[in-house]
Amino acid sequence: MTGPALIFDKPNAYIGQSTPRADTNRLLEGRGRFVDDIQLPRMLHAAFLRSPYAHAEIRGLDTSAAKAAPGVVRVLTGADLEGVVEPYVGVLTHLKGLRSAPQMPLAVDRARWQGEPLAMVLARSRAEAEDAAALIEADLDPIPAACDAETALDPDAPVIHPEFGSNLAWERLVDVGDVDAAFARDDVQVVSRTLRFGRHTGVTLETRAAVAEYDPSEDRLTFHYSGQAPHMMQFIFAKHLGLAEENVRVVANDVGGSFGIKIHTYGDEVATAAAAKLLGRPVKFVADRYESFLSDIHARDHVVEARMAVDKAGKIVALDFDDLTGIGPYSMYPRTSAIEANQVLNLTGAPYDLENYRARGRVVFQNKNMMCQYRAVGHPIAMAICDGLLEDAAAKIGMDVVEMRRVNLMRDDSYPRASASGMKLDDLSHQKALNVLVETMGYDALRAEQAELRARGVYRGIGFVSMVEVTNPSPMFYGIGGAPIASQDGATVRLDAGGGLRVSSSVTEQGQGTNAILAQIAAGVFGVPIERVTVTTGDTDTVPYGGGTWASRGAGIGGEAMLQAAHALKEQVLEVAAVMLQSDAATLDIQNGSVVDGSGARMTLSDLARTVYYRGNELPSDLKPELIATRHYRVTDFPFVFTNGAMAAHVEVDTETGLVKVLNFWAVEDCGRVINPKLVDEQVRGGVVQGIGGALYEECIYSEDGQLMNATMADYLVPMAVEMPDIVVRHVETPTKTSVLGAKGAGEAGTGGAPAAVMNAVNDALRPLGATLWQMPMTPERILKALGKV
Amino acid sequence: MKPADFRYARPATLDEALTLMAGEGEIAALAGGQSLMPMMNFRIAQPEVLVDLNAVADLAGVTEMDGTVRIGAMTRYSDLARHDVLARLPLVARALPHVAHPSIRNRGTLGGSLALADPAAELPAVALALGAKVHLASTHGTRSVAADDFFQGLYETDRAEDELVTAIDLPAATAQETYGFHEVARRHGDYAMAGVALTRRDDGLRIAFFSVSDRPVRAKAAETVLRDDPTKLDLAIEALDEIDFTGDLNGGPDMKRHLAGVVLRRAWAEVLA
Ligand SMILES: Cc1cc2nc3c(=O)[nH]c(=O)nc-3n(C[C@H](O)[C@H](O)[C@H](O)COP(=O)(O)OP(=O)(O)OC[C@H]3O[C@@H](n4cnc5c(N)ncnc54)[C@H](O)[C@@H]3O)c2cc1C
Repeated sequence: MTGPALIFDKPNAYIGQSTPRADTNRLLEGRGRFVDDIQLPRMLHAAFLRSPYAHAEIRGLDTSAAKAAPGVVRVLTGADLEGVVEPYVGVLTHLKGLRSAPQMPLAVDRARWQGEPLAMVLARSRAEAEDAAALIEADLDPIPAACDAETALDPDAPVIHPEFGSNLAWERLVDVGDVDAAFARDDVQVVSRTLRFGRHTGVTLETRAAVAEYDPSEDRLTFHYSGQAPHMMQFIFAKHLGLAEENVRVVANDVGGSFGIKIHTYGDEVATAAAAKLLGRPVKFVADRYESFLSDIHARDHVVEARMAVDKAGKIVALDFDDLTGIGPYSMYPRTSAIEANQVLNLTGAPYDLENYRARGRVVFQNKNMMCQYRAVGHPIAMAICDGLLEDAAAKIGMDVVEMRRVNLMRDDSYPRASASGMKLDDLSHQKALNVLVETMGYDALRAEQAELRARGVYRGIGFVSMVEVTNPSPMFYGIGGAPIASQDGATVRLDAGGGLRVSSSVTEQGQGTNAILAQIAAGVFGVPIERVTVTTGDTDTVPYGGGTWASRGAGIGGEAMLQAAHALKEQVLEVAAVMLQSDAATLDIQNGSVVDGSGARMTLSDLARTVYYRGNELPSDLKPELIATRHYRVTDFPFVFTNGAMAAHVEVDTETGLVKVLNFWAVEDCGRVINPKLVDEQVRGGVVQGIGGALYEECIYSEDGQLMNATMADYLVPMAVEMPDIVVRHVETPTKTSVLGAKGAGEAGTGGAPAAVMNAVNDALRPLGATLWQMPMTPERILKALGKV
Repeated sequence: MKPADFRYARPATLDEALTLMAGEGEIAALAGGQSLMPMMNFRIAQPEVLVDLNAVADLAGVTEMDGTVRIGAMTRYSDLARHDVLARLPLVARALPHVAHPSIRNRGTLGGSLALADPAAELPAVALALGAKVHLASTHGTRSVAADDFFQGLYETDRAEDELVTAIDLPAATAQETYGFHEVARRHGDYAMAGVALTRRDDGLRIAFFSVSDRPVRAKAAETVLRDDPTKLDLAIEALDEIDFTGDLNGGPDMKRHLAGVVLRRAWAEVLA
């Protein structure tokens, strides 16, 4: 793509600099504006009675005592919302065959997971609402539950939605080349493993929260929420609460972390909006930590049977696997819970030159909390399958794991091309990234040290991953399947009379620094000091229409729209300046808040803007100045813009306690143009930490009858600073040709890649002891079992 | 996550506190609140009356007499950690940094830890290993119980419902005394997956495990083995079969059994060093 080429080299370009974030002071000084900070007149507080059982018939809910409790204004049950909320179904047409049942915000007749909301109490305070919720007499009849995804398809398993006849939600098969023939070759070695990935969840610092206001005089709903996709929610509330779309305003102000948790339709949040509409009073719902564990979407939950055939030279000849994933009792609305399995099928083996590839994915219903898209959707599974087996095979044929990657990685000069699963790939740098990684970590010295320590009974391991990350998605991701999820985003840039820029964008900020990079791009491309830029995001009433934040698209798509808008405004301003200065626009530029030419500053932007806004009489009457510009951008030629990376983990396993210490972690990442190196590094580091969490610590532990056993921060182990290694981040920059900015996403690589690297490192440490482990998280107990010590 | 309704009292003296504890209904003492408040917020605990001990001056403080250190029940972990007396309580000094995180140690109290009797807590096991004495008081009078008799089951102690833990007596370390402590935890500050505290004095050896059973437990058979022959560690580890191992989220009884051996081996190395 061609465009304004010089924007990256200007004096105040900002792009490429670690400019401090504008919102840091505000947040650190306690001036954040989170949902729970909102206090409205006549506001009620909601608390939910949630199902204590994984599966139960609802015989009756006696709410009389609750209604009579102090401070209570209303108690709503599923039946009360019938006719108020149109049920929703989480399917997409491009995921052929995917089925899910209609869902209501509060369960009707049957509860299908522990934590499903059954009734809602609205009271003067949250404490009073909770007191009253405890007074609801729920006549529940527990019925057999299908909790374990691995047995949910058995013929005798309880069927969660009887109308479907089985618990299968979706199935897909990818079959490329001749897999059977490849495995049958007599010159190949085969490794096969069963990999298990536990459930974990996002654990956002700010829990999910909503304040809904309804104004009956205008039939207008305002929904303040802690979330990622305001326009999507606007559509959903309009459709399911029977409101005109323009009468729904969704506002996401400061958001304390999302990780994909806050991009779905949650019953408690829909009920909050419905209650505000029914009562004509503002309603606040803030999930407490216990509710978060029970109801925020969970992630992963896969069992994969996988095998790989390699020849003597270490070339991967075929990869074959069967992935089974449990998604809870419904497919989440509107993104569906089949995307993760779809990604696993699409992404596995994508870094490698692979001809014979077969993958089956099955998505099953079960009586557990719902599973859906969480940071790095499907990636950790896909990377662990291929890179796990690759290192396993390397051990089997006695080849170094780096060497084996060098044999198999797609060549950097081989793009554009496609992966075995048919993904279009361009501008990737696997070979270069691996080279930078090996050099950065001092690979040979580490191997030597490893051998020396092994002789002394110290078990260290080194593990790698070469990975791709799906970023900057086109409409092929969701829009094509009928979901109200925009893949395009817009940006508006306005020059104000004081010479400052007011910009707005449809991508959103949840702590990752989107607003900061939007300001950098606007300031740099247009030509003002960054302090003069004010950014607005997250308000459907004011920002352009767009998709919000997901799939690492904020910088690549939202950023490009901002670049285009800032560039357009610059041309508009220079046109006016050329008239006012009686010179040729081509000789003018904007720098540091002034219009300049070869001889220096000619006029400040505020002089220009004030003339336009206040003293139009000084301008020729045929000049029609526009000091505002809006541009939209979407990816067109590719379904996704892939990034790549290479990472390595260095661990030490205590073979007596089963504890794993991550000693070092290195990540080499190619996210195209780096707009703010510090922000990208922190995205990578945060992602790696989350990946280490999935590999070693985090797991939603369920009892056999579907009770979540560790729904507290003491028992659900998030990775903490003391246990984390230094994470060294390096960049290879291969800008994408799909945009002028050239930025791809960087938000999910760490989470997607780190688990495979850690798993490989642990297995590298264990292998001399004759043990391997293919289950995440790799807990001390599982490691000791693998070692045969327990 | 809001507690159920409760009444709240903040007595200024021990007598007032004991009178309140003797009242009608379900009554709970509030010490550091680091365990009680979460339990109340989860509504696992729903006391009708909360007797806040934080203003009762008689319950805090450390005194020393005739080789015995008396620590008031309301003494916070972090106050103890900074106290000179720790020089005479080397085992306590070893254990304290493993109790939760600094912010929790700033509020949490020794008395709270003993009264709660969490099987995974460090200090109850340390109390066992040191042969501590727990002082109790109620409106009926005062009494003291040996740590060996105090811990009776999962969150169960010899304390009667209307009694308060007032203090704990610990023997000051002698010059000949050696001690060992080891625990393994998933993350720094977590409750241990398994741990052991032990002391070796002229008059004997005491080994106390935590986070392996439903309560802190002595390993008496292992004590006998090692007292007779300090080199018979393998035999002592075999003798740990005497313990009634119970699992938790970190692992089943087998895992606890295995880790008990590991921590004993590591703590014993400290003793011998
Ligand atoms: C995240 C987290 C991690 C933790 N990790 C650890 C750990 O690693 N190791 C560890 O040992 N502990 C740990 N704890 C627990 C902490 O040490 C507790 O605070 C402590 O054990 C209880 O002390 P407290 O003063 O807070 O008691 P409270 O919470 O106030 O009370 C606990 C119980 O004891 C009763 N009680 C308190 N004082 C008295 C008294 N004087 N007489 C009679 N009854 C009384 C109360 O009624 C209540 O039932 C952790 C806590 C948290 C929140």
